[in-house]
Amino acid sequence: MAELKVSAIREGTVIDHISAGKGLKVIEILGLGRLNGGAVLLAMNVPSKKLGRKDIVKVEGRFLSEEEVNKIALIAPSATVNIIRDYKVVEKFKVEVPDVIEGILRCANPNCITNHEYVTTKFYVINKEPLKVRCYYCERTMEEDEILANL
Amino acid sequence: MEWKGRDIISIRDFSKEDIEFVLETAERLERELREKGHLEYAKGKILATLFFEPSTRTRLSFESAMHRLGGAVIGFAEASTTSVKKGESLRDTIKTVEQYSDVIVIRHPKEGAARLAAEVAEIPVINAGDGSNQHPTQTLLDLYTIKKEFGRIDGLKIGLLGDLKYGRTTHSLAEALSFYDVELYLISPELLRMPRHIVEELRERGVKVKETSDLEAVIGELDVLYVTRIQKERFPDEQEYLKVKGSYQVNLAILAKAKENLKVMHPLPRVDEIHPEVDGTPHAIYFKQVFNGVPVRMALLGLVLGVI
Ligand SMILES: [Zn+2]
Repeated sequence: MAELKVSAIREGTVIDHISAGKGLKVIEILGLGRLNGGAVLLAMNVPSKKLGRKDIVKVEGRFLSEEEVNKIALIAPSATVNIIRDYKVVEKFKVEVPDVIEGILRCANPNCITNHEYVTTKFYVINKEPLKVRCYYCERTMEEDEILANL
Repeated sequence: MEWKGRDIISIRDFSKEDIEFVLETAERLERELREKGHLEYAKGKILATLFFEPSTRTRLSFESAMHRLGGAVIGFAEASTTSVKKGESLRDTIKTVEQYSDVIVIRHPKEGAARLAAEVAEIPVINAGDGSNQHPTQTLLDLYTIKKEFGRIDGLKIGLLGDLKYGRTTHSLAEALSFYDVELYLISPELLRMPRHIVEELRERGVKVKETSDLEAVIGELDVLYVTRIQKERFPDEQEYLKVKGSYQVNLAILAKAKENLKVMHPLPRVDEIHPEVDGTPHAIYFKQVFNGVPVRMALLGLVLGVI
């Protein structure tokens, strides 16, 4: 496979170093598959020095909000975000799991008040790797599988 | 720690110092109450008890505590008689009720409801049970009872018997006891063992934990035996319930193997897990435990109101 240059798009975002297999989930939760969006390129199982295999997502003409970056961190804590302008990487940073996750995750407990009433959800991160969070309201803990299913 | 205005939602929010302070305050109020017969600390204050699901004894205990502090009580005992039935949100109910009162006690079938109420309300909120999550005042009165009987909590061997899987009271009691130098015996049918993550957490916090399904084998070592009911309503399927139903009972025969000063506790109500013949023995302290709920709740109400 030819070398995948992150600067191959003119303007937009390249999300690199996504753990292999999680790229589709990144596209899904960012809503990038919608018809009216810009071009999206997904590379899966690309060889990586750091991860062995990795996924890469390139999005043309779109930049990410802080909330979206936090979402990516929950799915792919190893990911790096490259912001591209005029074919050049103008900014590059590693995503980071925040200490408190507000609003972007549903609670997996069906009897939690947040699933019955209008409430902005809030979770405390107990462990970052592997990810484990505790619901501020019902105090139930959620691990990786449940977190992915409730993003 | 500033107590005035504080919410009492989860035993997780308490440090050991907080727990000790509540227990000392309860002790002081109980003594004052005995001497004076009636206290006036909360005169002119109003407690609202919002019981979205019925729990008569917990509600009466809070109401009694507020009256004994000289305060007044308003509230409802079940949601079906209120505008909640018409679809009012918890948020709106709380925003409304806080206009009428100085402190709120809430019991709700959904986990996290008490935390949400506390977020919404400007006045202090006390959790009297939210689904299968927390019931912090029960844990505090359990600790108060142990301390009153033995003069201490450190150094005791405490057995938790019964449904340790679904039992909310045993989870938070075990968690609170991990602040102390105690040995815990977790005694339950195989199907109802304490969740792994709680046992691991206890061990990480330095508590000696022994798990067994054989009460007879360990009863001779215990200072406290905390018995819980198997709650049919918590079981996801009836077959599982039938397998463990009636699998243990504390009676005179088994107590013959116990230490002379073993104390038997129970959060009540009971079904058949403690035979009534035990009631008359010095082992039984579960009705004293009920009484102890009042000074503990007086302490909490007085502290969060900032009047004691
Ligand atoms: Zn929750």
